[in-house]
Amino acid sequence: MATIDSKIPEGALAEKWTNYKAHQKLVNPANKRRLDIIVVGTGLAGASAAASLGALGFKVLNFCIQDSPRRAHSIAAQGGINAAKNYQNDGDSVYRLFYDTIKGGDYRAREANVYRLAEVSNAIIDQCVAQGVPFAREYGGLLDNRSFGGAQVSRTFYARGQTGQQLLLGAYSALSREVQRGNVKLYTRYEMLDVVLVKDSEGVERARGILARNLVTGKIERFAAHAVVIGTGGYGNTYFLSTNAMGCNGSAAMQCYRKGAYFANPCFAQIHPTCVPVHGDKQSKLTLMSESLRNDGRIWVPKKLEDAKALQAGKKKPTDIPDEDRDFYLERRYPAFGNLVPRDVASRAAKERCDAGYGVNNTGLAVFLDFKYAIDRLGEDVVRARYGNLFDMYEEITDENPYKTPMMIFPAIHYTMGGIWVDYELMTSIKGLFAIGEANFSDHGANRLGASALMQGLADGYFVLPYTIQNYLSDQIQVPRFSTDLPEFEAAEKALKARIEKLMNIKGKRSVDSIHKELGHVMWDFVGMGRTKESLTTAIAKLKEVRKTFYSDLRIPGNAEDLNVELEKALRLEDFIGIGELMAYDALNREESCGGHFREEHQTPEGEALRHDDKFSYVACWKYTGEGNEPELIKEDLNYQFTKVQTRNYKS
Amino acid sequence: MDKNISFTLKVWRQRGPKEKGHFQTIPVKDMPGDTSFLEMLDIVNEELINKGEEPIVFDHDCREGICGMCSLYINGHPHGPATGATTCQIYIRRFNDGDVVTVEPWRSAGFPVIRDLMVDRGAYDKIMQAGGYVSVNTGGIPDANAIPIPKPVADEAMDAAACIGCGACVAACKNGSAMLFVSAKVSQLALLPQGKVEAARRAKAMLAKMDELGFGNCTNTRACEAECPKCISISNIARLNREFISAKLKD
Amino acid sequence: MWLSNSSIGRKVVMSVTGLALILFLTFHMAMNLVAIFSADAYNMICEFLGANWYALVATAGLGALVVIHIIYAFWLTMQNRAARGSERYAVSAKPKGVEWASQNMLVLGIIVLLGLALHLFNFWAKMQLPEVLHMLGMHVDTANVTNGVYHIQNTFSCPVYSILYLVWLAALWFHLTHGFWSALHTLGWNNKIWFERWRMIGNIYSTIVVLGFAVVVLYYWLCGGSCC
Repeated sequence: MATIDSKIPEGALAEKWTNYKAHQKLVNPANKRRLDIIVVGTGLAGASAAASLGALGFKVLNFCIQDSPRRAHSIAAQGGINAAKNYQNDGDSVYRLFYDTIKGGDYRAREANVYRLAEVSNAIIDQCVAQGVPFAREYGGLLDNRSFGGAQVSRTFYARGQTGQQLLLGAYSALSREVQRGNVKLYTRYEMLDVVLVKDSEGVERARGILARNLVTGKIERFAAHAVVIGTGGYGNTYFLSTNAMGCNGSAAMQCYRKGAYFANPCFAQIHPTCVPVHGDKQSKLTLMSESLRNDGRIWVPKKLEDAKALQAGKKKPTDIPDEDRDFYLERRYPAFGNLVPRDVASRAAKERCDAGYGVNNTGLAVFLDFKYAIDRLGEDVVRARYGNLFDMYEEITDENPYKTPMMIFPAIHYTMGGIWVDYELMTSIKGLFAIGEANFSDHGANRLGASALMQGLADGYFVLPYTIQNYLSDQIQVPRFSTDLPEFEAAEKALKARIEKLMNIKGKRSVDSIHKELGHVMWDFVGMGRTKESLTTAIAKLKEVRKTFYSDLRIPGNAEDLNVELEKALRLEDFIGIGELMAYDALNREESCGGHFREEHQTPEGEALRHDDKFSYVACWKYTGEGNEPELIKEDLNYQFTKVQTRNYKS
Repeated sequence: MDKNISFTLKVWRQRGPKEKGHFQTIPVKDMPGDTSFLEMLDIVNEELINKGEEPIVFDHDCREGICGMCSLYINGHPHGPATGATTCQIYIRRFNDGDVVTVEPWRSAGFPVIRDLMVDRGAYDKIMQAGGYVSVNTGGIPDANAIPIPKPVADEAMDAAACIGCGACVAACKNGSAMLFVSAKVSQLALLPQGKVEAARRAKAMLAKMDELGFGNCTNTRACEAECPKCISISNIARLNREFISAKLKD
Repeated sequence: MWLSNSSIGRKVVMSVTGLALILFLTFHMAMNLVAIFSADAYNMICEFLGANWYALVATAGLGALVVIHIIYAFWLTMQNRAARGSERYAVSAKPKGVEWASQNMLVLGIIVLLGLALHLFNFWAKMQLPEVLHMLGMHVDTANVTNGVYHIQNTFSCPVYSILYLVWLAALWFHLTHGFWSALHTLGWNNKIWFERWRMIGNIYSTIVVLGFAVVVLYYWLCGGSCC
């Protein structure tokens, strides 16, 4: 059985990263110019990494599937970014941010990684301000903060409801500068379709390049480099309906996985509590309403079942139900955190109420998020200033005015904590292959806190990878630039073309989307918010059927060597099916409830998640064993040396 | 409850940048009002695929109005009839039974058609690369609160920074000018102390690149501002003019 | 040279020449009003602005402004048409808040130019031009070259001319309402607060200038210059 070395540096928690940096190997400027790095993805992680590596002097090749790096889905993050600046003097510190993140992750993340994340968080804010990111400010001219779920301090920096956009545009501008300076070469509308491994003279396989499809011409092209960095985001779209962008996919991760990189904790998917509810079977995606709404909105369902029934039948309006008949269930169950409990807790609580029949829309799958109280307390103008754009967005979608009637929300798949396994250096189990941002598994454990995704993506890209990758590349300075005519590239391209050919030749009757929806239903119904042994076994069987349908009944019009959107989607869907299976296997294996993973067999009498630290305090790393085979499980034990592992308590 | 709407879709089909395009007319029956415009196209595409035809190609991604990818010119308006919304935020309830809904790509020399409704907006990246940044390397920077910035200034910078780079301004402009896009970035950075240092250089470089790429001259018609899904103000264009003219006068 | 090889530079040229022409129009209008109050005073001005060297220099300068403004207008329009691409929209709608004038400045400009040609034919060709030709030693009739009022009466007693002049002035009004704030905007003297102010000032100013011209036309057309 393979062993796992996470390469965590020795020493006290607070000194690990400092020690690492002090003793790591570096590459001198003259050698940097001779080293090529491929960065796939241009989101917060990818763009910040490509820009930082370019600024250091490496030659970077940067890829994205969209028409511009600025479109990456990081752009859609609304609420904010955490940092332990303690500008509010409310008792924040690096340790507290670390502690909140570890606790929020339900004690399933690596202490050393999370501490490092908290440590570099402050530099991210400095960096972004220097780039001209227009964060919200107080009248005194200093930066403003807001509070977010899972924390008792105000440490979230924000730029209206468009923080992700502004941070991404900051990283994109830094990237643009490096393109201008000739350090980064940009490949837009290119999709990575395989990672190419080449054996070195000692027989060690190293990531040495990628194959990418030019999405405009449909041609497969080869790219070689000394190291490959994957920053391609998460795989939430396995569920078809999610808050992710339509193009978000887990394909790069699956390509790495099939080449031997471990896939870690795939079952940890975050369900975001505040999304606009599903309205019909033609829907293509779910729209997130920022978590920041929970600062001022109060979540409730009716206390009386007959009121709920009347709401579902459209016989009553929410405004008809008096305050004393409203059940503010989060405030009731979690008095200390109230409406600001972490996302997994809020989502499950909503599901619990809806399962009990208290859902408030025609499908019975929605709860209210009410601003009446905030408007009474602050006035409509203040509420409009804070959330105006979100309210407008809600009204456009639903045709309802949230100033007058409460919003309806329901949980939806939002973020995946699982991802490619990486060590402390962000290197996967394949040498020279790195994974950053949401694509890796490293920092959020079983649940991510709000405003921490932006923090992690930028931490990896700006301040972690540019250091750790040098520790690897310092050994590679003798390796000259190599040709893409190597037999390994030849073989990879041949295999890829065969794969595409196979899909094109199915010539069945079903469109990609129709099969993807089927996959989504299986995932949501059986690997969704509440999982059981039975549902997961069913899921695995059903996923086999989906796979069969895919290979027998798929129809892709057009040609492979041409712009072909359906082919792009088909290749991604093939990988989503694989990810779905991985998620089901992992969820089946993890016989406990923690964070975003809730096994109904494992809950307290009050319905709270029940962890089994004695058996499952590990990272589940899955190793590929061939198409259609069950993957092999390898465990990386999590040793909590610096924090006391506790049951999460948001009640008091 | 939203009702169902039937209308005629006239959609632009074009194989490539050099090839001649034409309109394809597709009747759309009983589309629920709460379907988004892009979901409607998904449904139409599904039918086309089922008939063995090639689907309509269009750019889209986040479908929540922020990525700037979607770019349809619907019934004479970039991003359709709503104000302050992108194509993906338009819902079918905005249309009426029996309407003819004409969908065209952005038409501008600066944005050549790739296929159907998908255009190449790489020019925007090139303009950004010419100078749309503050020249800082990663690390080695002062504390974020070292320079206080008055709230009104930060807010105004944020107004400009809200640009999503979708290209609606160029699509709306009878001159095919990209001034609103360029000015939004120049304004954002010229307003903030961090960006002031190289404001003159930035304004000159970005404008020169815009001109070089074949975008037109701004004649202050305000069509860009009216059609901008993020309501970016043309006061940014005045600021760009100011920055540029004073930079040139100093040379 | 940035005034010709950058888009803002070219617009600055349009803006500055445009503003100078607005200034000229203001003087011209003020001068015309004199004709209502006193024919003699008006003719004195005509004499003063005859073929004297300063008047000729000013006329040459004015001509240059007009020519530059027109050349740049066509140049910009050609560039803008090219920037629009070869394919036109099948459906286009005027967005809210867009003035009609702003999208038709060239057409309006051409109407203004035609009016100008008529105007030069009616007045300049009968006043300053013969004087100059005379000075150059040619045989021309110089009897009424400084009798501006005579030419005014002559021209506006003809209703066709009067109507053409009013059409011309209407086009000028549209041209100015956009041109005024647009020129200041191009020079960068604008922001969110001043935007509406400049537009209002521009509208009032254009209206005053155009009304000033129109009053003289109407006065001489309807009253023959002697009803009061």
